Amino acid sequence: MAKDKVLGKWWFLKILSIKELISLVMLIVVVMVFYAISNIFLSWDNIGVILEIVPELGIAAAGITVLMISGEFDLSVGSVFALAPIVLMMMVDAGIPLLVATLISLSFCCGIGALNGTITLRFGIPSFITTLGMMMVWRGVVLLITGGWPPPFPDKAIPLKQAVVGQLGLIYASLIWYAGVTIILWILLERSRYGNWVFATGGNRQAARVLGINIARVKVLNFVIASFLAGFAGIVQGTRLGALVPSAGTGMELDCIAAAVIGGTYLMGGVGTVLGTVIGSFLIRIIDNGLVMASAPGYWFRVFIGLITIVAVIINVTLGKRISKLR
Amino acid sequence: MSNTSLVKLLNIHKWFGRVCALEGVELDVDYSEIVGLVGDNGAGKSTLIKILSGVYPPDKGEIYWQGEKVEFSSPQEAITAGIETIYQETAVVDSMNIMRNIFMGREKIRQIGPFGWLDLKKMARESIKALEKVNLHLRSPAAMVGELSGGQRQGVAIARAMYFKTKLLILDEPTNNLSVKESKRILEFIKDLKNQGISSIFITHNLHHVYPVADRIFVLSHGKEVGVYLKEDTSIDELTELITLK
Repeated sequence: MAKDKVLGKWWFLKILSIKELISLVMLIVVVMVFYAISNIFLSWDNIGVILEIVPELGIAAAGITVLMISGEFDLSVGSVFALAPIVLMMMVDAGIPLLVATLISLSFCCGIGALNGTITLRFGIPSFITTLGMMMVWRGVVLLITGGWPPPFPDKAIPLKQAVVGQLGLIYASLIWYAGVTIILWILLERSRYGNWVFATGGNRQAARVLGINIARVKVLNFVIASFLAGFAGIVQGTRLGALVPSAGTGMELDCIAAAVIGGTYLMGGVGTVLGTVIGSFLIRIIDNGLVMASAPGYWFRVFIGLITIVAVIINVTLGKRISKLR
Repeated sequence: MSNTSLVKLLNIHKWFGRVCALEGVELDVDYSEIVGLVGDNGAGKSTLIKILSGVYPPDKGEIYWQGEKVEFSSPQEAITAGIETIYQETAVVDSMNIMRNIFMGREKIRQIGPFGWLDLKKMARESIKALEKVNLHLRSPAAMVGELSGGQRQGVAIARAMYFKTKLLILDEPTNNLSVKESKRILEFIKDLKNQGISSIFITHNLHHVYPVADRIFVLSHGKEVGVYLKEDTSIDELTELITLK
């Protein structure tokens, strides 16, 4: 009897200690509420719509998560999100081969990340400031090179559209890319040496340094990962819409941070999971979609995301303390 | 140079701008020896150990490690040589579990094709062994370090140093903010290290902690060496006077 009780408690703790649990419960509750309001919410058609729009936010948010775990921010992801497809398509329009243009565009994004990281670490300023500045700089560049008007989407880019967002049976290619990015980042964080360094860098910078971890290199590389994935996510949206919108990704940096935080990533670094951010990204897009399905005015979207972000963090913090005490 | 010393620092100088932090300091540690490094705040204790642990180079002076002249340009180089430093505030990462802390920066890898995967099973097994060596019996190597007491946290750091066969362990204020019971535990750890042939430098301003365990006590004041004292030849009262000497 006593053994059963101990075992029961052990299971209970095991489940409670799953880092993604809180966000998962919230996701299920939100889905059930929307389903209760509108039955077509869980129709195949609508699930398809959600799966089509999640990867754009999800890929960028996954990159932000890795960066946030190492204790830094990136507010410039929304601008990079707009810049990458526009630069790419303008190059294609100018006659540069599609593959080359794609590689140049993504490399350019990596360069932006490296610049963010280098400035932040070289001058020891908060990445909040560096990337706030860069958010304005790259949005400005987007407006400068487009004149504020969407450039034409070249026909020559159709193969890229197929590869990135083409339909594969019930789903779109973007979902597979998203799954791939998630799996790679999960392995990187949870099963690689580098992941250990990322958590250490965000958890206790000094301890990591004393043990010989090159924290500057870890952080710069994470800035690169965040910018690269933001650019890639921008290309996903640009090709999906078949339109290059200069205002794309406005406000997205905050959605990305919200998705990470809802999923259990700490704002101050050291704690976080990519899977949690996946749940956070789904939650944000599902609320977006569910409100439309429930014919609520679109303005409610921000209200809900804001509230859910706060509630998720409160539950994470309070439940975290409870679990420690139970042990 | 002397063949008997594990480490010998000669004529060490360090300036920060126009401020002289260390002026011609000399320090040596023998094999299996506990050396106490005492001095008031600002005496230059932490500057001296940062030089020894490779955080920054001395402006003048030489370091001999096991009889050979060395220049550490990073903490990593000092660690590789066998000098490990445990700073109380920065010994471990609270938000990570015990085994990830023990193997931080020196992770166990299982090679599969071109990829190196963390060998979590091996890390867990080896962690338990390392902890048992310092008589630390914790619930699970997967427990978060943040849930441990201050003394246990230092125990994890000491277990780590021992596991990686450190020859010289530098402990920076290890008993600060610890309860009496936990401080005693740390002192036990340090004595155990000595019995296993590991030397340590114990930095503190609490003479009552260092006096019972140290073989020799080294007194630093205003960046200058006041003297090295064999424990038998001195007393806590005498040392207190030396430290507070203007």
